[in-house]
Amino acid sequence: MLSRVAESIYWMTRYIERAENVARFVDVNLNLMLDFPGSSDQQWQPLVDITGDTEDFKERYGEASQASVIRFLTFDTKNSNSILSCVRAARENARSVREIISSSMWEHLNQSYLMLTAAASRRREISDPHELFSSVKTASQAFTGITDTTMTHNEGWHFCRLGRQLERADKTSRILDVKYFLLLPKVDDVGTTVDDVQWAAVLRSASAFEMYHKRHGRISPTRIVEFLLLDEQFPRAIHHSVKAARESVHAITGTPTAMFRSPVEQLLGLLCSELAYAQVDEIIAGGLHEYLDGLQTKMNQIGSHIYDTFFSGRPAAPKRQVQRRVGVAPMA
Amino acid sequence: MRFAQYDPEGFFDEMFVSAGAPRAGAHALTQVIDALPAGEIERRQRSAERALLAMGITFNVYGADEGTERIFPFDLIPRIVSAAEWRTIERGLKQRIHALNLFIDDVYHERRILKDRVIPDYVLETAASLRAPCMGMRPPHGIWCHVTGTDLVRHSDGQVYVLEDNLRCPSGVSYVLQNRNLMKRTFPQVFAASRIRPVDDYPSHLRATLEYLAPEGIDSPRVVVLTPGPYNSAYFEHSFLAQQMGVELVEGRDLVVSDGFVWMRTTKGYERVDVIYRRIDDDFLDPTVFRADSMLGVPGLMDVYAAGRVALANAPGTGVADDKVIYAYVPKIVKYYLGEEIILPNVPTYICAEEAERRYVIENIASLVVKSANESGGYGMLVGPHASKKEQTAFAAKIAENPRNYIAQPTLSLSRVPTIVEGGTFEGRHVDLRPYILYGKDIYVLPGGLTRVALKKGSLVVNSSQGGGSKDTWVLAGDPRLDTDRPEVDTVMATMLQGQT
Repeated sequence: MLSRVAESIYWMTRYIERAENVARFVDVNLNLMLDFPGSSDQQWQPLVDITGDTEDFKERYGEASQASVIRFLTFDTKNSNSILSCVRAARENARSVREIISSSMWEHLNQSYLMLTAAASRRREISDPHELFSSVKTASQAFTGITDTTMTHNEGWHFCRLGRQLERADKTSRILDVKYFLLLPKVDDVGTTVDDVQWAAVLRSASAFEMYHKRHGRISPTRIVEFLLLDEQFPRAIHHSVKAARESVHAITGTPTAMFRSPVEQLLGLLCSELAYAQVDEIIAGGLHEYLDGLQTKMNQIGSHIYDTFFSGRPAAPKRQVQRRVGVAPMA
Repeated sequence: MRFAQYDPEGFFDEMFVSAGAPRAGAHALTQVIDALPAGEIERRQRSAERALLAMGITFNVYGADEGTERIFPFDLIPRIVSAAEWRTIERGLKQRIHALNLFIDDVYHERRILKDRVIPDYVLETAASLRAPCMGMRPPHGIWCHVTGTDLVRHSDGQVYVLEDNLRCPSGVSYVLQNRNLMKRTFPQVFAASRIRPVDDYPSHLRATLEYLAPEGIDSPRVVVLTPGPYNSAYFEHSFLAQQMGVELVEGRDLVVSDGFVWMRTTKGYERVDVIYRRIDDDFLDPTVFRADSMLGVPGLMDVYAAGRVALANAPGTGVADDKVIYAYVPKIVKYYLGEEIILPNVPTYICAEEAERRYVIENIASLVVKSANESGGYGMLVGPHASKKEQTAFAAKIAENPRNYIAQPTLSLSRVPTIVEGGTFEGRHVDLRPYILYGKDIYVLPGGLTRVALKKGSLVVNSSQGGGSKDTWVLAGDPRLDTDRPEVDTVMATMLQGQT
């Protein structure tokens, strides 16, 4: 597969996943506001922090409010992480590989983009935000389903999965980081209704509320951290995502799973083992924020090694790397 | 919405002999449309447009920012071509491509046609599209023009003329295939009732044509489509053709020349490329040979091509036959190389470089169409009858300044096809036709083509950049009794059968 094509596919799914996550954060926060009428705009700043665009936001909008944060995160095309920017970037990438992905994938993504631009042009304020955000979520989930059922599970499909899973792991770790930091210090609230509702919101931000309850029953911050970080079976848990990303890298390179031949395989292998053998109590004792910070660094390293290994297009001279047609005599 | 009110208004109409009298082969369609409930044809038209947008079958408008993607307007009423007429067109196109290929090969080798004084030396020496680096090149099997999209028009005299040859990178074939898909969805019952020749196998013919060019000794050659990238106006087509052929779509930056071969960069290292269907102009192919500022091409590509280690389609240098002064000599070219009379005539052409003809053109500019020798897409031309006195004078001055760059032709009255207009009625609109010809092991003509339509009332300019749209083109398979290779028999039998329907 062409390096350029692999890179476009990887970013296509990363951007779709990013759009879905942003839609979910905002939607959950809107719901939370309904449970605490009259609560302050303080609740909105963390959303901007999760996407990592605090400075850009401050510069252009100043104080966070419900209206300004929603505008910033949905239709603001100057914010490269807004839902509209993400879907547009995903579509641009898809457009450059539309002969590789299935027509259904392209058409679905194109329709989602047209739906969003139509919504964006309609009016400044979003009339039914809940409906908008849930249609973004559904569009992303449907895209994943269409990808799995219409595209051959070949190298290209594995790059789809790789991009999606790494983005998902990244976003789940940011949700945990920001929310944990904000929620824990309020000792007064521990064990109160406010506390439970807030933690339930964290779970909902990762679409994990129902699955968490099936697994652990009661709301407990430690168990929630364990579930979102270390659970192997829940599809938005970091452990699960990293494991899936690793499987795809090995499927692409053909290296047996227990081995590594490149830094990206090594780093993913190390991270998977770490998450498989980690204990949540130890992590919290050592400081969750510090732990997540380290995790972010590792995922960034994995991202840059993926670039070097698959996308940079600067491997050694062709003569020595030929995979196909070795031994064909040069034609005069 | 009835055809009963439709009036050909004295123009040659491709669907009606006269008001209320459809041509042979158009009955099924007119009956189906006439039977539709009020508003239904418009509903289907809108649904076809929505489908085009949803599928992202759009072209980019240069120089604009957002909302820059437009669908190429599509009209549901097809152009219908009878079997007998198609057979003449097909024979004519094969003859023309055969001769033009021999001409291009001669141009880059001995130039016998100049020595024999069939074409004056100056015409070739001053041809802007002649590519000196291609002198002496020997493309595989001596084929230069692998993909051609020849523009045909029909005049009020009923004759089909060749308007121009497009031997460089003709585009539009993807619309032919997509239009057909839409039409099958829109009028399935008409397809069942008429025998319309399919066009869906174009990609496999194209792939076979390209594979035929591969360097000898390669069993399963790697074919790629080379595109300038997603911001090119024809990007959809590049990507569509690559997908339909099942080959890689590459950009210049994906390719590298090393060790005497062309390679593409993949996630697993480099893989060799044998045939490149390039959709970028000669000038941008290789910055070391042509334009040095090209970011789209591959440095060193022409060396590998010259050594026969990669094939390029179309071969660099074919554009010389697109020169409109050379076009004027095509009847002589056909006669010279094949010893045959031309089957599809040229539009009569005045060469401004010839003094007597120039004088005629300048005196009669108000009634002529003047074109510059190396432009296409409807640019650099003057339609005399539609131009102001001032524009005519300005153009006459340009001709006098650089006569070699201009030719002139009488203003044709292009034939028309009923077209859905505002308010849901039919009006005649002028059309042309671009069939696609592939030259590989044999010469193949796709039974169909892009019918372009000037959507503005009275307009003769069909280019998409100037308010043109497209229609599906139905080539009828004809009566099995007509299935013969002897066209003279066809004509007689077609006349007899026409009386029966």
